[in-house]
Amino acid sequence: MISIEQLHKKFGKNPVLKGIDLNISQKGIVAILGPNGSGKTTLIKSILGMVIPDKGTLLVANVPINKNWKYRDQIDYLPQIANFPANLTVKELIRMIKDVRNRPGEDKRLIKLFKLEPFLSKKLNTLSGGTKQKVNIVLTLMFDSPIIILDEPTTGLDPIALIHLKELIKEEKAKGKIILMTSHIMSFVEEMADEIVFLLEGKVYFKGNIEALKKQTEAPNFEYAIANLLIQEDV
Amino acid sequence: MFKILKYSFFDLIRSRWSYVYLLFYLLLGCVLLFLNNDLSKAVITLMNVIIILIPLIGTIFGVMYYYNSKEFTELLLAQPIKRSSIFIGQYLGVALSLSMSLIIGLGIPFILYGLFQSNEIWDFVLLLVTGTFLTLIFTAIAFNIALYNENKIKGFSYSILFWLFMAVIYDGLFLMSLIAFQSYPLDSFSIGATLFNPIDLSRILIILKLDISALLGYTGAVFQKFFGTSFGLLVSIAALSLWVIVPLLNMYRKCRKKDF
Amino acid sequence: MCLLKNFLIGSMLFCGLQITAQTIEVCNGCPVSSLKAAIKMAQAGDTILVKRGTYKEYNIVVDKPLTIKGENFPVIDGEDQGEIIRIVSDHVTIDGLFIVNVGTSYTSDHAAIRVVRSEHFLIQHVVLEKLFFGIYIEKSNHGKIYHNTIIGDAQDEYNSGNGIQLWYSKHVVVEKNNVQKVRDGIYLEFSDNITINENTSTNNLRYGLHFMFSNDDLYTNNTFENNGAGVAVMFSKRIKMLNNTFKKNWGTAAFGLLLKEINDAEIKGNVFEENTVAINIEGSNRVVYSGNDFISNGYAIKVLGACYTNTFEKNNFLYNSFDVSYHSKINDTIFQHNYWSSYTGYDLDKDGVGDVPYRPVKLFSYIVNKTPETIILMRSLFIDIIDFSEKVSPVFTPDNLLDMTPHIKRYK
Repeated sequence: MISIEQLHKKFGKNPVLKGIDLNISQKGIVAILGPNGSGKTTLIKSILGMVIPDKGTLLVANVPINKNWKYRDQIDYLPQIANFPANLTVKELIRMIKDVRNRPGEDKRLIKLFKLEPFLSKKLNTLSGGTKQKVNIVLTLMFDSPIIILDEPTTGLDPIALIHLKELIKEEKAKGKIILMTSHIMSFVEEMADEIVFLLEGKVYFKGNIEALKKQTEAPNFEYAIANLLIQEDV
Repeated sequence: MFKILKYSFFDLIRSRWSYVYLLFYLLLGCVLLFLNNDLSKAVITLMNVIIILIPLIGTIFGVMYYYNSKEFTELLLAQPIKRSSIFIGQYLGVALSLSMSLIIGLGIPFILYGLFQSNEIWDFVLLLVTGTFLTLIFTAIAFNIALYNENKIKGFSYSILFWLFMAVIYDGLFLMSLIAFQSYPLDSFSIGATLFNPIDLSRILIILKLDISALLGYTGAVFQKFFGTSFGLLVSIAALSLWVIVPLLNMYRKCRKKDF
Repeated sequence: MCLLKNFLIGSMLFCGLQITAQTIEVCNGCPVSSLKAAIKMAQAGDTILVKRGTYKEYNIVVDKPLTIKGENFPVIDGEDQGEIIRIVSDHVTIDGLFIVNVGTSYTSDHAAIRVVRSEHFLIQHVVLEKLFFGIYIEKSNHGKIYHNTIIGDAQDEYNSGNGIQLWYSKHVVVEKNNVQKVRDGIYLEFSDNITINENTSTNNLRYGLHFMFSNDDLYTNNTFENNGAGVAVMFSKRIKMLNNTFKKNWGTAAFGLLLKEINDAEIKGNVFEENTVAINIEGSNRVVYSGNDFISNGYAIKVLGACYTNTFEKNNFLYNSFDVSYHSKINDTIFQHNYWSSYTGYDLDKDGVGDVPYRPVKLFSYIVNKTPETIILMRSLFIDIIDFSEKVSPVFTPDNLLDMTPHIKRYK
């Protein structure tokens, strides 16, 4: 579904992606990991067409994405920092996104799940960070698209909401979707991810499942495995 | 694009600042008309306000809106919408809500005053048309500057500088070149230099319609001869339109290449 | 004895004539149906009473002392043939006629009423329409032109005449006339000791009132509105201009009052309102301007050059685009005790006089004098800024042109 070849991107003089090759075709949850500045967000944004790559090809559903915008209809994206138009209410924002995408969504169920009903008529700038993130999740997951991209989905969530989120993600996975996500919470990744893509210095340093990662790094658990990847690099 | 325009527009017309802006014009119009009781003088004072304030407000609102809605823009960018639609929609949302504040804010007091029975109606219409053009122009330029500058402070400063240049510095340079080359015929140069700055062009278009144009003497006659004809009017409108279209085209070009 | 007898009879006859002065009636159905015939019949001192009706006559010559009086404004229609009434005798009165259709000519100045080398004339309550020249006084003195209405339809200067014209005439009073739409409303050439009072002169192509080479004249309480220029005073001495109103003389070349080569004049108590240039001054010396109101003019005072010993005092300058514009050196002109609406100084000692001198010349008006094209920047923010900075710390504008004693309150 997503295939990336030799993707390069520089911001000014600073190269961020230095030839990424990545092919994600099987269904399941792919976690994109890497240290700060390794290019995770840039890669995600490239897939979304928000960052225009300097070189390389990027196909989504076998269609090159440059100067194309209709393919985004197949992607649900959860941005990292949820900041919305201050003067809109939650209800209006949801209606608006549905209007923009021109599709119905199952917002009602999600609103109920995250107990957002009391906030529906509140303006977005009055909400707390966690509530905003819940709204963010509703906005993302209310559509039924074959690809879901989650950038730090757990930020600011309370434990109950986190459980709901995990269930939701699993539900979507069960529907046979491709789910890309980034996270700094290793336990969350370990629990959820089927496959790990580890980026380092703008390249894919490792790709495989958690078992393979543990084996390669000879680490007892996932967190150490990731740490080892970094230490190896330093050596 | 129209969806984005719609949402930006409604987002803006519900913001406090739009009301302040609208109230400002309402108040200004009422004070000028009902305290001064002289329509043609009111038009002159309004001209002074419009050619300075509208560009400034357009610039500031444009830049502010762009930076404030950055995250929202990113949200939209991930949606299946054309990039240019997002930006041009947002731009039109800002520009049209500002224009509406102007037209409604000044229109109501003037209509209450009985504008339709007076001869000044065309001066007033010209005032609103140039005011709308100036809003469109300076908001477009503000969006351009913001698109080129990720840094809020920088973008803000450049926009204010641009406004300062057009409203003040340009006329200073204009004045100096008139003095420096006073031994040459300057008519075509003056007309050209005026066409090149939308603020000057608006100022001249309005002044020529007013009584005070008599003060312009010979130079005024030359300008009247050019701008008074339908050709001159067409050229002026074309110049103002170019000032809207060129920044818009550049916005279209730039936003397709930009990373977010 | 014989001589004495003759003298007695003669004087009796003369007295008899005086006593038996007749009134001749003229009307369309009367035995005397034309003005010309009536004049022919009349004796000196008679009154000709013209009844209501239309009389198609021109080249009427009044050659004896007569009173020609119209009843209910009879119409004398010249049918565009030329001059209508010519007075060549002293002591002639014309009263209450309605004279129309004076012939236009490019070679001679046809007038509705022309007075030639005659004294003690009185022209009153006359209405003139469709005229070339209206009332033309030629080398005639001691007359009065009172309460006439002159309404022209002038389109171009070259083929139109003046409403009231005085040429080489002295001691004439022009009072309460209303002159509209001619070339010059009232025109004086080589005419001295003329009094012009309470006239209204509006919508004229050129000047409301025009002096050329005329001295010792007085004009008071007149209104000049919407003329090419209100009043032009040229090459004349000792003219007194008091309590007149100059209003709405507006246009690219319009003035309220145009002074050119004027000496020893007095300009007091006048109101100048909404003129492009209230007073345009060129080559004028020893002129006193005091107690005038300059309200909402483009320029209040515009001085072009060669002016000495002029005094501007106790005037009100209110809301003019430019208060004073100087194209020349200040010389010994004095500005004192004026009220300036744009004065922003203060009066700490409360003596009614501002503690900071006022500079009536704006930097912008100074620049415009040097480079006229720069006027196109009028009302630009940049100009406001430089005007302000110049006001705060003057660099360019002449530093001796100032009112040291600006009045704090407006003069009533």
